[in-house]
Amino acid sequence: MADFLQLIISGTATGAIYALCALGFTLLWQASGTINFAQGEFVMLPAFMMLFFINTAGLPLWLAFLLTCLVAMLLLGYTFKRVIVDPLIRHGVIPMVIATLGLSIGVKQLTKAGVTAQAMPFNSPFPDGLLALGDFKVSYADIGTLLMAGLIVIGLQLFLNRTVTGRAMQAVAQNTDAAKVLGINVQRMVLYVFLINAVLAVVAALLVTPTYLAKFDMGESIGLKAFYAAIIGGFNQTRGALLGGVLVGVLENLTGAYISPAYKEGVALLLFLVVICSRSTRSCRYSSRTTAST
Amino acid sequence: MTLLCVYLMAAFGLNLIVGYAGQMSIGQAAFYGIGAYIAGILMVKMGISFWLVLPIAAVACFAIGLALGFPALRVQHHYLAFATLGFNVLVFLVMRNEEQLTGGTFGISNIPRPSLFGWSLDGALPFFYFAFASVIILALVLWWLLRSPWGRAFAALRDNPIRAESTGVNITAYTLLAFAIGAACAGIGGVYLAALVNFIEPGQFHLSVSLMMLLAVIVGGSGRFFGPVLGSVVVILLPEWLRFLQDWYLAIFGFAVIVLMVFLPGGLLSLADRFKARGAAK
Repeated sequence: MADFLQLIISGTATGAIYALCALGFTLLWQASGTINFAQGEFVMLPAFMMLFFINTAGLPLWLAFLLTCLVAMLLLGYTFKRVIVDPLIRHGVIPMVIATLGLSIGVKQLTKAGVTAQAMPFNSPFPDGLLALGDFKVSYADIGTLLMAGLIVIGLQLFLNRTVTGRAMQAVAQNTDAAKVLGINVQRMVLYVFLINAVLAVVAALLVTPTYLAKFDMGESIGLKAFYAAIIGGFNQTRGALLGGVLVGVLENLTGAYISPAYKEGVALLLFLVVICSRSTRSCRYSSRTTAST
Repeated sequence: MTLLCVYLMAAFGLNLIVGYAGQMSIGQAAFYGIGAYIAGILMVKMGISFWLVLPIAAVACFAIGLALGFPALRVQHHYLAFATLGFNVLVFLVMRNEEQLTGGTFGISNIPRPSLFGWSLDGALPFFYFAFASVIILALVLWWLLRSPWGRAFAALRDNPIRAESTGVNITAYTLLAFAIGAACAGIGGVYLAALVNFIEPGQFHLSVSLMMLLAVIVGGSGRFFGPVLGSVVVILLPEWLRFLQDWYLAIFGFAVIVLMVFLPGGLLSLADRFKARGAAK
C-alpha cells in the first residue's frame, strides 16, 4: 500500500510538470488558435539558458531562473508571437502546425550542432533525501515540485479569474470578436498569454531538468506528454490540462511499476486515443472555431 | 536514389491525404513501418514471396487506416492529426517491445530481395530500376485516381466541404477512403523499404520520420502532384549531398520551413503560380 501511495505521489509530481506545459499549450490554443508543436523545445531552451547563466556566468540558481524568465518571455513569448504566429494565423491551423514543427526541428538541431549533443547535469533546486513518515517515504524533490507547480497553478487561476486583465484574457479566449467590441485590446491579451506560456515553460524546465538532464532532444518526450495531457484533459479547459497532466504522470508510474516498464507510455497513450475517438462527436465547437480562424 | 523512390511511395500516399483530402496525418511512418514489418515477418520467418507480401501489406494498411480513421474522422481537422500521432507512438512501442514478433530493438535482418520473371534483383542497380519503375506505376495509378470522379471529390472536400456535401459527396466516406488509400501506399513503400535495406528496426519508423515526411509533402507543395517529389528530394537527397553541414542542415531546414510557411504557405511548387499571377496582374 505504501508503495502504491509513493508511486501515486511521485507520479503526481511528474504529472504536475506535464500539466504546466499542457496548461501553456491550452492557453495558447484558446487565445490564438495556435497548436504549438514546439512546446517541448520551449522547455528545452530555458533549461540550457539556465545552465548557461549558472555555469558560464556563475550566477546563483534563483537569479539564473529570473533572468531566463525574462529572456524566455522576450524570445519564446514576444518574438515567437510576432515573427511566427502573427503572419501565419490568417493561413489557418495547418501552416501554423507545420511552422512550429519546423521550429521544433530547427531549435533542436541548432542546440545539438551549436551547443552540445551531450546530456548536461542540472542541479536540483530542492535538497536531496527522503522525508520518512513511518513506512512512507517521499523525496523532497517530489514535494518541492508539487508545491511549486501547485503555487504557480493557483496563482495563475487567481490571476485569470480575479483580475480585470485575467478576465479580459478569458473573454478573448471565448469569443474574440465580442471581446473586441467590448473594447478589449485583443492583441495585447494574446501577447500576455504568450508571455505566460513562456514563463510556464521556464518553470517546467526548472523542475524537470534535474531528472531528465539537459539534452537537445529532451523536449520530445515532454512535448508529447504535455500534448497527451492537454487532449485527455479536454483541450479547451485549463483545469482539464491539469487533470490530464497528473493523470498521465500517475498512469505512467503505475504502468511502469505494475505492468511493464517498456510500455510505460502505453496506457496514457491508449487513454489518449480513446479520448480522441470518444470526444470527436462532441467537438463541433472546435471545428467551427477553425473555420473561423481560417 | 533507391531510397528516394521508396520514400516517394509513402510521400505520394501522404500527399493524397494532406494535399487532396485536406486532412493532416502525423502517422505515415506507422503505416510505412507496418508494411515493412509485415514484409519482414512474412518473408523471413515464413518464407512467403515478395509478390504475395505486397498486396497483403497494402490491404492490411488499408484496413488499419479505415479502422483508425473512422472514429477520428467523424470530426475534421486536427483530430485525425492527433489520432495518427498517438497511433505512430503506439506502433513504435509495439515494434520495440514485442521481441518475439518484431525482434525488438535488434529488428529483423536478412530480408531477401525479390526476383522478377527469373531475374534476380539483388544488385543495387537492378533494384533501383525496379523501385523506380514501381514508383512510376504507383504514381500513374494515383494520377488516374485523381482524374477520376473520386479524385475530383477529394479536391472538392478540401476546398469547400459544405459545398461538396451539398452536391451529394459523402464527406466522411471519401475522406476515410483517401486516408486509407494513403495508408496503403505507405504500406507498399514499407515493403520496398524492407527489401531495399534488408534490415528493419523500430527507429526507422519513429514519430520524427512521420514529421519529416509531412514536412516533405508540405515543403514541396501539398495538393500538387509533383509536390512530394520535390519535397522528398529536399528531405532525402539534399542531406546526402550537403553532408559536410551535418547537424546544421536540419537546423537550417527547420528555420527554412518557418520562412517558407510565412511567405509561401503553398509550398515550393506554388512559386510558379505566384509568378504567373504577378505576370497576369501586370
